[in-house]
Amino acid sequence: MRVLVMGCSRVGILVATAMGKEGHAVVVLDPSAEGLRRLPQELQEEAMVGDGTLEDDLRRAGIESMDVFVAVSDMDTDNALAAQMAQHVFRVSRVVCRIDDPARCEMYTELGLKAVSSTRLTSDLILEALRS
Amino acid sequence: MFIIIVGAGKVGRHLAKAFLKSKHEVVITERSPERGEAIKEELGGMVIVGDGCEEGVLMETGISRADVLIAATGSDEDNLAVCQTAKHRFHVPRTISIINNSSNERLFRELGVDVGVNTSQIILSHIEEELPAHPLIHLTDIKGSNQEVVKIRIPPDSAAVGKPLGEVPMPSDSAISIIVRKDGTLLVPNSDVVLSSEDEVVAITTPEREEDLRDALTGTA
Repeated sequence: MRVLVMGCSRVGILVATAMGKEGHAVVVLDPSAEGLRRLPQELQEEAMVGDGTLEDDLRRAGIESMDVFVAVSDMDTDNALAAQMAQHVFRVSRVVCRIDDPARCEMYTELGLKAVSSTRLTSDLILEALRS
Repeated sequence: MFIIIVGAGKVGRHLAKAFLKSKHEVVITERSPERGEAIKEELGGMVIVGDGCEEGVLMETGISRADVLIAATGSDEDNLAVCQTAKHRFHVPRTISIINNSSNERLFRELGVDVGVNTSQIILSHIEEELPAHPLIHLTDIKGSNQEVVKIRIPPDSAAVGKPLGEVPMPSDSAISIIVRKDGTLLVPNSDVVLSSEDEVVAITTPEREEDLRDALTGTA
């Protein structure tokens, strides 16, 4: 599969690295060249400096030929815009995005996005640890 | 009307003042505390300091009874999030957004933002209007479709001058709706109408066909 990861956050690095190890072709897109240097060497070669909320930059990163788009920057609203652009404008078949604010995450889920809230997941795990 | 404005930048502030003057009820939200305090003094109206992308902040504005929400921040991703939250969480009847980056216009429309105000496009069309030599001017977009209304001035050296419309090769998805002669006479187009130099042609086309249409009417053969 061809995977485009928007946002070289800690989450982005983990997702990209894991997908790369599984043998997928991964491109990471982030506005900071500095940030991209934190990627493992083999992913750096395919990484691109650019803003995932801009249609032109997504196109330059090859979104039109991607099977998967993952929006995992640290900004909820950036992720929401990019993911909806991938889904509605570029018709990428699988789109997943990170929306940390649980209420907003719920709303985007209702609107048909596959959204994940790290805040919700973390607090669930903490509560689970407390209860066990 | 009860109007909520998110973002107290130049646009937001100006709108708030104008609405207050015309006796509308206005609440404006602003993320920066300094700017929020400044505008509180300036407007004397309702200002809420906080991130308007947050449901909690919108709730403080009394959004559930708002007639209109205007997202006027300098960031399109925030404007989109604000409009979507207003629409889907609080059922605000009309959401209006500033669009800072022209290429987002289509996405905003598809995602249900009622009105997208594309600031750079507006500035561009004003500039086009001021440039006498510019042959094609955008008048407006047709809501809910990919079509736009444009105005084209026929230059004296155009190959279409002196030709009946039936012989002008029109691109697909394009149609002339009215022709305005230099003296103000209105001509309803049919295949026998002959184009003259300096005619203003109002036509409907798509962004993809715009250039072909311009070439058909202004090209020098």
